[in-house]
Amino acid sequence: MSADSAIETELNREIPAEGAEAASAAALDRAAAEGLVDVAYTVADTPIGGLLLASTERGLVCVSFHDLSGDAALEQIADRVSPRVVELPRKLDAARFELDEFFAGRRRSFEVALDWTLIDGFRRHVLQRLAAEVGYGEVASYGELATVVGKPRAARAVGTAMATNPLPIFVPCHRVVRSGGAIGNYGGGVERKRFLLDLEGASRNH
Amino acid sequence: MKPPLPWRPDLTFSAAAPFYTHMTLPPFQVALESHRDDIWRLLVASVGRDRADDCFQETIIAALRGYPDLAGDSNIRAWMLTIASRKAIDEHRATQRRPEPVGEGPESAFAPDLDGPGQIWERVRDLPGKQRSAVALRFVVDLDYADIAFALDCSPEAARRSVHEGLTKLRQDLPRELIADERR
Repeated sequence: MSADSAIETELNREIPAEGAEAASAAALDRAAAEGLVDVAYTVADTPIGGLLLASTERGLVCVSFHDLSGDAALEQIADRVSPRVVELPRKLDAARFELDEFFAGRRRSFEVALDWTLIDGFRRHVLQRLAAEVGYGEVASYGELATVVGKPRAARAVGTAMATNPLPIFVPCHRVVRSGGAIGNYGGGVERKRFLLDLEGASRNH
Repeated sequence: MKPPLPWRPDLTFSAAAPFYTHMTLPPFQVALESHRDDIWRLLVASVGRDRADDCFQETIIAALRGYPDLAGDSNIRAWMLTIASRKAIDEHRATQRRPEPVGEGPESAFAPDLDGPGQIWERVRDLPGKQRSAVALRFVVDLDYADIAFALDCSPEAARRSVHEGLTKLRQDLPRELIADERR
């Protein structure tokens, strides 16, 4: 074998990357300690599937059904909040703990701080009133919620607010149903909405 | 200011989403997972396995720090590898400033074994700075000369020359070692 080809063969031989993952995790921990992580996320396992939980320094900023939106939710966060989006499960420990309790039937309201960055204007107002007014096990119709926010004719706009809720479950848009009692739509699918209402023991005829 | 890198569909995240009407940066986690292994390999080759860990962490932290200022259509891979390459250069400078242990000199007495995986990189690490960086960027992570030029802040011609000179030097050193091998 000539010297040239021996050298090139060696230079082209792939170097193992076995240490990269651990070094990566260590680097992200350091980066978080230095305040360089704007959004931390994890995917939590729940009885209704994987939930992507993302949080800023201010609080939980996005919850999404991982099987439906996948990484699109992270791309939206990168675009609208900050591209410094990093997987750091321990930053979501509190939210995950509350979710576990909720799904075990031991929690009726959430205490983690919420960051409303991803929604503003009328929609944010509607969602904030929903979170404050419609408690565990209760339901309200789109029209009733429209009345609560002082716009009784805005049932359709209320529906849009529910559809664009960036914090489902924590902001309980699953508690908003059709005025006739029909279950209505849900971003995570009607099956999940039914599961959540049953979990809460909401009286219903849907 | 350096001119923006030519758009490289094979190297950018945007290739996965060609329908975007405006380019936005992917979540940092996505960029990190795409390029993490190559950054690691480049650093193992450039500074050795023992010192790669620190350089890698420095690279990731520097990348995260500068990430929001990056243009959406940037070549993220070349940008991250540039940071890694500069961290490796810093590490070599820091090592040179540290006093060398005198006497034994086991490293210099050791004739690298061409059959051992990765041994070639011990000899690359002894090359002059620019040649060392250029050879690593060319062979470990397959950057083209335009991207090597960007990383080393020189012209593509100079990048090509550095790779060539590095290879020549490696070749010149080889016969001596083959002779040394036969004497063993």
